Formats: sequence, C-alpha cells, structure tokens
Amino acid sequence: MDKMPRWADVVLIPLISILLAAVLSALVILAIGENPIAALKLMVQGSLGSTYGWGYTLYYATSFMFTGLAVAVAYHARMFNIGGEGQAMVGGLGVALVLLFIPFPHWTLALVVAIAAAALFGAAWAAIPAYLQAARGSHVVITTIMFNFIAAAFLNYMLVNTLRPQGAMDPATERFSPNVHLPTLHEMLVPFGINFSKAAPANFSLVVAIIACVLVWVLIWRTKLGYEIRAYGHSESGALYAGISPFKIIMIAMLISGALAGCMAINNVMGEAERLVLNATENAGFIGIAVALMGRNHPFGVFLAAILFGFLYQGGAELALWTSIPRELITVIQALVILFTGALDNMVRMPLEKLFLAMRRRGA
Amino acid sequence: MDFLTLIQVLDSTIRLTTPLLLACLAGLYSERAGIFDIGLEGKMLAAAFFSAAVAYVSGSVWLGLGAGIVSSVVLSGLHGLASITFRGNQLISGLAVTMLAQGFTVLVAQDWFSQGGRTPSLSGGARFTGITLPFADTLAPVPFIGPIYAELISGHSILVYLAFALVPLTWWVLFRTRFGLRLRAVGENPAAVDTAGVSVTGLRFSAVIICGVLCGIAGAYLSTALQAGFVKEMTAGRGYIALAALIFAKWRPWHALWACLLFGLLQAIALRYQSINLGGIVIPVQVMDALPYILTVVILAGFVGKAIPPRAGGEPYVKER
Amino acid sequence: MTDPAIELKGISKSFGPVQANKDISIRVMPGTIHGIIGENGAGKSTLMSILYGFYKADSGEIWIDGSETQIPDSQAAIAAGIGMVFQHFKLVENFTVLENVILGAEDSGLLKPSLTRARKALLDLAQEYGLNVDPDARIDEIGVGMQQRVEILKALYREAQILILDEPTGVLTPAEADQLFRILHRLREEGKTIILITHKLREIMEATDQVSVMRRGEMVATRTTSQTNPEELAELMVGRKVLLRVDKVPAQPGAKILEIKGLRVRDDKGVERVKGIDLNVRAGEILGIAGVAGNGQSELMEVLGGMRAGSGEVLLNGQPLELIGANGRAIRDKGIAHVPEDRQREGLIMDFHAWENVAFGYHHDEKYSRGLLMDNAALRADTEAKIEKFGIRPPNGWLSAKNFSGGNQQKIVVAREIERNPDLLLVGQPTRGVDIGAIEFIHKQIVALRDAGKAVLLVSVELEEIFSLSDRIAVMFDGHIMGERLPDRTDEKELGLLMAGVAGEAA
Repeated sequence: MDKMPRWADVVLIPLISILLAAVLSALVILAIGENPIAALKLMVQGSLGSTYGWGYTLYYATSFMFTGLAVAVAYHARMFNIGGEGQAMVGGLGVALVLLFIPFPHWTLALVVAIAAAALFGAAWAAIPAYLQAARGSHVVITTIMFNFIAAAFLNYMLVNTLRPQGAMDPATERFSPNVHLPTLHEMLVPFGINFSKAAPANFSLVVAIIACVLVWVLIWRTKLGYEIRAYGHSESGALYAGISPFKIIMIAMLISGALAGCMAINNVMGEAERLVLNATENAGFIGIAVALMGRNHPFGVFLAAILFGFLYQGGAELALWTSIPRELITVIQALVILFTGALDNMVRMPLEKLFLAMRRRGA
Repeated sequence: MDFLTLIQVLDSTIRLTTPLLLACLAGLYSERAGIFDIGLEGKMLAAAFFSAAVAYVSGSVWLGLGAGIVSSVVLSGLHGLASITFRGNQLISGLAVTMLAQGFTVLVAQDWFSQGGRTPSLSGGARFTGITLPFADTLAPVPFIGPIYAELISGHSILVYLAFALVPLTWWVLFRTRFGLRLRAVGENPAAVDTAGVSVTGLRFSAVIICGVLCGIAGAYLSTALQAGFVKEMTAGRGYIALAALIFAKWRPWHALWACLLFGLLQAIALRYQSINLGGIVIPVQVMDALPYILTVVILAGFVGKAIPPRAGGEPYVKER
Repeated sequence: MTDPAIELKGISKSFGPVQANKDISIRVMPGTIHGIIGENGAGKSTLMSILYGFYKADSGEIWIDGSETQIPDSQAAIAAGIGMVFQHFKLVENFTVLENVILGAEDSGLLKPSLTRARKALLDLAQEYGLNVDPDARIDEIGVGMQQRVEILKALYREAQILILDEPTGVLTPAEADQLFRILHRLREEGKTIILITHKLREIMEATDQVSVMRRGEMVATRTTSQTNPEELAELMVGRKVLLRVDKVPAQPGAKILEIKGLRVRDDKGVERVKGIDLNVRAGEILGIAGVAGNGQSELMEVLGGMRAGSGEVLLNGQPLELIGANGRAIRDKGIAHVPEDRQREGLIMDFHAWENVAFGYHHDEKYSRGLLMDNAALRADTEAKIEKFGIRPPNGWLSAKNFSGGNQQKIVVAREIERNPDLLLVGQPTRGVDIGAIEFIHKQIVALRDAGKAVLLVSVELEEIFSLSDRIAVMFDGHIMGERLPDRTDEKELGLLMAGVAGEAA
C-alpha cells in the first residue's frame, strides 16, 4: 500500500513546506526589526489589493508559468533543467530579432511568429545540453548551468556590439514597432466594462501561458508521447524494454522544455519592455524551479504556484518600497521554498508518513 | 605585450585564481565523498559578506575570516542535512543554498549597514594585506628574475599562499592518509565503507564541512583581500567557474590547480582588455567570460577525455543488500 | 557442552508494513557450516544483515560465544568476529585489492604501514587457504570469482571467526562454486564457523553440516544435513508438496519460427557476452535455456527483445530482425512478445497504475490510442478484462504496480504479453520471487501458448523450471551453447556439467 493518501502528497506536503518557509521568513522579518503581520498585509495590499497590484502579480506569474512548465516537462523525463534562465534569454533574442526585422501589420500575426521564434531559440539553446546528455551522458544539470553563463555572455555581446542602436548608451535594442504591441489586460478588459489598471504590465501573454498550461497537461497526461516521457522518467530500463528510445525522449523533453522557457520572452520582451534589454529575464528561469517543485510538476500546480510567486514578487517590491525590507527577502523565501519542497522533502514527508501509518493502524 | 605587462597580467592571474582554487578544492572534498555541490557560489557569497561585516565591525580581519568560515560551514551543514540526513536531491539543495545566500547577504547587509546591500569599505587591520617575501626588495632590481620574484611571487596575502599550499596537501590527504582512502571510497561505493564498519554519514559530513571551511576562506579572500568590502553578488559566478574547473580537472587536486590557473588567466585577460586582437581576428571580451564554461562543456562532452565523476556522486546512500 | 558460536533469540524485523523476520531463533555451533535455506523473500538475507549490524532488529537478542552481544552497526559485528560476504559485493571498483582489504581496518592515520602489513597478511592467507589474489589488481579488472575472494579476505584480515556468505554461488560457475566450497571446508577445519545462505538445495546437501529452513519470515525447522533429504527440505521451504512437473501433452513442433545464426552480443561495458550462438525455436515448442546467471542469457533475451544491439543473423518467420537495439517497438510489431527477467525494473513501471501498465510497450496500438492521444478508457476496460481472466489480486486497476505482490505483478506482465498472441514469446525467469500458486498459473499459461502453436524461448536459472516446462533444453555457458538435450533423456547431473562448461557428447 502507499504510505500516504495521494491528497497528502499533492496538497499537504507543499502546503506544509510553504508554511515552514513563511514562518522562517517571518522570523527573518522580526529579526530585522519589522512586523511580519504588517509586512504580510502590505504585501497582500500591494499585490492583490488593486488592479494595479494584480496587474504586476499576473505579469510575473505569466513568466513563472512558462519557466515552471519548462522545468516540469523536463522533470517528468527525470531531467533537471536548470537552464531555463539561459533558454529564456536566448528566446528573448529570437523574439527581438523577428520583431525588429519583420514589419508586421498586426500584433496577432506578430505574436504567432514571436512565439515560434521564442520557442525555436529556447529549444535551440536546450538542444546542445540535451544532445550531450542523450548521446554522451554529460550531466544535463552541469551543462545547462554552463549554458546559462554562455547565454549571458552571448547576449551581452549581441546587445553591446551588434543590436545596440548607433549612439545609444544602453546595451539594449531599439523599441519595437507599435504595430506589435500586445494588448495589456487593461485593453483586453475594457470591452467588458472592467476598468483594469493601465499602468500594470500584465498582457495578452497571460492567455498564452494559460493555454500552455493546458497543452502541457494534455501532453503529459493524455498523449502517447507524454506516456513515454513519464515511463522513461520513472525507469530508463523499463522504457528501453517497452521500445521507447531514451535518446528520443531526452531530446524531445528537453526541446519542449527549452521552447517553453523561451516562450517567456513574449511576456517580458514583447509584452512588457517592447525591446530587448540586458538581464531581461530577472532570474525567472530559476524561479521556475521553485514554481515547478511547489506545483509538484503538474501544470495546474504550476499555474497556482506561479500566481503565488507572482504575489511574492509584487508583494516583495511593495515591501522594498515602503519598508526597510529589501526585495531580496523574496529570494530568501524562494530559496526556502526550493529547500523545503525539493531538498528537504523527506524532512516534511517522513513524520507525515509515520502519522498516516499510525492512523491507519488505529483505523484497522 | 612587454615583459612588465605580462608580469602584471600573471600577477592578476594569481590573485584571481586564488578564490577559484579554494572553492574548487572545497568542491573536490565534497564531490570525492559523493556529495555534489552546486552551492559553492552561495557559500562563498555568504562568507564574503560575513567576513567583511565582522572585519569592519571588529577591525580584525582574522575575526572576519572566522565569521566567514562559520557562515559558510553553516550553509554546508544545511546542504549536508538535506543531502545526507534527509537524502534529498543534492542539486536542488545546492541551488537553494546559493539562492539563500544571495537573498540573505543583501537582507542582512541592508539591515546592518543600510548601504544598499554592501558593507562599508575596509581598511587597515580589517583587510588582508600583501606579504613581502624575504629578499623581495633586494632581488627586485635583478633583471628578469627580480620582477618575477618581487612582483609575481611575493606580495600576496597569506590566503593566496595558503590556497596554493592546499594543492599538495589535498593530494597528500586524499592519497596517502586513512581519511583520504575512506573519503574516496565513500564517493565510489558507500556500501563498501558502511560494511567495513565506518560511518558513511560521518565521513560525508566531514567532507561537507571541509568544503564549507574552504569556501569560507575563498569568500573571505574575495571581500577582505581581493577587494575591500562586500558588494551584492560579488562572487559573480566564481562558484560555478570553480565547479567547472573541478570537472575540467576530473576531480584531481593537481589538475584542479592547472584548471584554476587557466580560468584565472582568462579572467585576468578579460579584466585588462576589452578585446583581443589575434592577428586580425578580434576576440571580444565576452568570449573570455564564456570560455571557462565552453571548455567545461567540451570536457563534459567527452571530446577531450571523458570526465567521470565519483561513481556514487549525487546519490543519497540507502542501505540495501 | 560448548556454547553456540551464534545464537539468535526471538529476532523480529519489519520494513514498514512488511514483516521480514518473525520471532526467529537459531543456534549455530562453532566449527560447523550451517546452511540457511528458503525461497526468495523468505527473510534469510534480512536475518543475516541484522546479525552483521547492517539492519537493526525490532526485538530479539544476539548471543555470541555464550554471551549476549549488542550489534548496533557493522563495526560492532566486526569487533565480535563476524565477517560477511554480501550477495552484491561491497567493493570499491577503482581501488586495488589491497586498498579494499584495509579499508576500515587501517592501523593508523597514514596508509603506508597498513598497506605493508596487509600485503604480508594476504600472502599468508593465500598460503593458508589457497586464496590467491594479486594484491595490486584493481577490482574492476578481475572477475567475479576473484572479487568474491577479496570479500572473504577482507573478513579474514579482520580476523573474523564467523563468516556469513549470502547466496555466494549465484554468480559463480559450478567449478568456481566447488572451489569456493573447498575453501569453506578449509576454513571450517581451522575452526571457523560458517553460515551459508542459499536457495539451492544441492549446495545445502553438499556443503553443510546443519541446515535451517526459513519460510515467509519464519524459521520452520533445523535439521542435521546428513539426516534429511532434498524432498523434505523442499517441502519445508514451500510449506506443501511441490508439484514440480507441469501436466502437458507432448509437443508437436511445427515450422521454424526463430532462427539464430552466429549471434554475438556485448554488454554495457563492451564485454562480449554472447559469443556466436546458433539456435532454432519451432512453432508449438518451448526451448529452455539453462545456465548459471551471467553466462549471456540475459543479453540474448535483451537482443531478441530489441533492448540491446547485436551482430549476426536472427530470422523470425524467415524475415531478418534488425539487431540495432532500442527498437522494441519494431520487434513487437513483428510478433515477438517479451516477459523480461526483471519485472520491477523492466516489465512494469512501478509508479504507474495497473491500467497504464497494461499497455506498456503496446501504447502505440490502435486498440489503445487515438491519433496522438492515449485511449485511457480502452486501457481501463482492457485491464478489467485481464484482471478477471488472470485472477489478478487485488482486482483494482487503479492501484500502482508497486502495490501488487510479486506474483500478481508477474501476472500483469504475463497477461499483457500472452494476450498479444505472439508468434514468439520470450520468457526470462518467469517465476523469480513469485509465490507457488502464481507459479503454477504462469506455467500453465506458457504451456497453453505453446499448445496454441506458438514458439516459446525460456531462460531460467532454476533447473527445476527448465525441466518442467521445456520441450528441448539448450545449455549456455560463457556465451556459448554447450549442447542441446531432451528433458526426458538427460538429468540434472549432465546439465550441471554442461553449465560448468564441460563439453557435451564426448564427455
């Protein structure tokens, strides 16, 4: 028998983990002389208390959905894609190139092409680590870390030496044409008579991200490919037995993963900045790891966890604005979530399993 | 490039190699014992902050070094708790440790010093200063040998000499002592160690703690010797370059030295020149930045001799028959 | 009367909900070889691991030489004079023999003195017991027989008085096994006490003075070996009279289904494990391949199942198979089904629901899919039918594979593969770790497939299984087919010689 009911594994453990992270963070806030309750109120007020706050929360959440899904897909094939950051950077380059050099008549067409470019560039950046893992057994975690740094250097070179407009000081591209401006939530909701904040950056990419969540769910749990990915992830020897090619699964899973991470660029590059700037990804690739772990690598879990982290990011920004607590508090919380849901999973799990076993014995 | 410039570049290479080498050897102890550590960066960062902070407050760089080591060892303990005691995923734990340090250092720096996540700059006894080796001044005027001895070899801080001395010491410990034999064994086949009546947990924890101590020294060197004070994210990926060097060195001490010197040289060149003109081909500085990582990928791909990590690396030890 | 070298009193041990040892008591007299026999999963290894401090008992006492001894860890066991040779060796592969021997038993902080002393000690032990090993050879460069010697030397170097060997002959050829038993007899003459764990009756009868029988975690009997016989021990092991022969009508072989010509296969390390073999299997017959584990049978099955690449020629119904490896799907489409040797690592995904496992390997079939999508409803309906037909218990397709017993897991695999109605069925170790009831059922299914005119290639290390199922027997040794026999014209002795590499007809 399973040691625990499924709901405990799926819901209870992540909840306890986030609670532990929250308690520790509260202690940190106390230690630096602020009031944790007031801080939480401020965070909720700042991120969920207005459409402006929601607009930022959802903007961040959109990025995290893409990077979280990227980690989750690779994880189902038992690979830890730590390279979402680099893949998202290069995806941004893809988006910038097509939007700069193709004159699009309308944003819808531009979006379709931008998604294709983002996915293609992101997947391409994942392709080499994927191939080295599949063909030569080079550990994908180490190679994707290396590729994050290579991506950073590459983008730096492209922005400083190639794409920077003549005379500009910023290492950034030109602004994209207004034709390719993605509708913001404000513009999307006006026809429905909802007055959403104009200033907030949440945009049409949110819809794309939600569609991506659904598609990933279908992929993993409903398609033959998803069946093969999960089978390989559980047992490589089993996959080989069943005629599933490990090479194929590693490549496909990593390419999909890279494509999803790359697609984040339609949110931050196309939707928000409307040009490519240095460090556009702002660590969203790494936050994707926390999101996927928290969401138990299930697309719906990723969706919820992305919104949670969107809340944390926007709330953290508000905290930094109004209190002496710097934004880095969020990095700490994020680290704690990764620690508890990922590395210290057994610390939370083992006592719970004992508890459930004892309860069952008493019941039996 | 004239002789003096060369000496300067090499001198800078030695300074930049030192933190890489310390972190690389730190990783070597941990990974040889079967505990992968992608959290070298975080431990260095924490140590860099706490040593600068304590050195500033106390005025003593030695107290600072101690604080740096303690902070790094605490993070090591956390990594050990996750990956040894609770048999968690070592890669995830390493990542979490780094993020924790990235957030925590700025948080505390802001709380203590309110200077936007940095410490005030250090001076006097709060910094490690260069040691002039015997006869350096006397020999300096001698052509060729003089500058090499006086500029290149002499005049570094004690931590530089320590880092380089640690290479033969690590080799000796690993291959000539009981502890080293057991350490290597536990990274290859922990069950062999366990059934031989030696504690796997104890060995792995001691390796992880040594890793913490060395990362602590590396971090302290960054903020109290190489630079004068802590700034946000000051490790700037050095932990990952050290990891790259460790793979490049295939987990061997002497090779680690050569790998770190190579990567240190690349950093020194990148620091000094914006681009390099090699007979008409201009190499942009970004290539220098990326080269350690590219080289490591090439090594990992097995095109230049395959890098095989310790066999039990990354796997938590679970007893089975 | 002398005290027993080892006395265990009331040892119990549970792993979660599974009780591996129930109130076990046993006395082992000094200077004897004491066998412990039982089926896979009877709890033998667990008991010995407790004695060696590898696991901690939930309750019970350990007495050594007449005094109660606490053995919380292996260190304590070594100090109490106990040495253990595990079934899976505990050696550091890239260390030398010498380094492995001193590991954990070094004299001082520096290695040099220990290495010098150990080198001399190994020479002495080699002379005393005939345990010759090159002290400077690396473990990954010597064979399994040598590696086992290193394990024994490790124990003797620590001055063990009591030596436990867990299934020591599983990886040995009969000749190597005989050599091992000679060494064990020498050790006994020197006054050492030896506990031999095995599931092979022959070894018990040949090598031991006393034998204790375990069944389902309990100690059911202890006998003096000379006063018992294999039939009694077998009955004690399984708890009732064993029906060793399957009722079956004589085979009516038809056309050649499988033809193997000059097949060669290498393992993951690049070592050639199948060295140019020729075999045929006809429709309506079961060809059994006998042999000691590790003589190339696994690699043979893997190549035919599309899991591994090989060279040579393999024809199925006269059509050549591509031996490129990782092409299990194409192999299945040609009409081969495969019950793999290791159902937990290969045949099933343990974390998948039973209904997901029912299509494992066949998930591309039109029956189970619609375009790119899986047809989960069809899978579940099919699972219900198989649960009914094959009597899989508990009858719940939503359970994960890991929550079924070994026998029911194997039924899921066998149901999946046999229901394909393949031209050729590959069956590896079909009843390993399977309870008696399920063994009979699975054997009957295999015979029924044969009777339906299909070809079956069976690999088993259990000679009894080979005898009871096969219509023809081929013996494999060191990657070669040593000879073919008909089951009613040969006996275990002859097959044993072939399995040991002693040549056929002429011998």
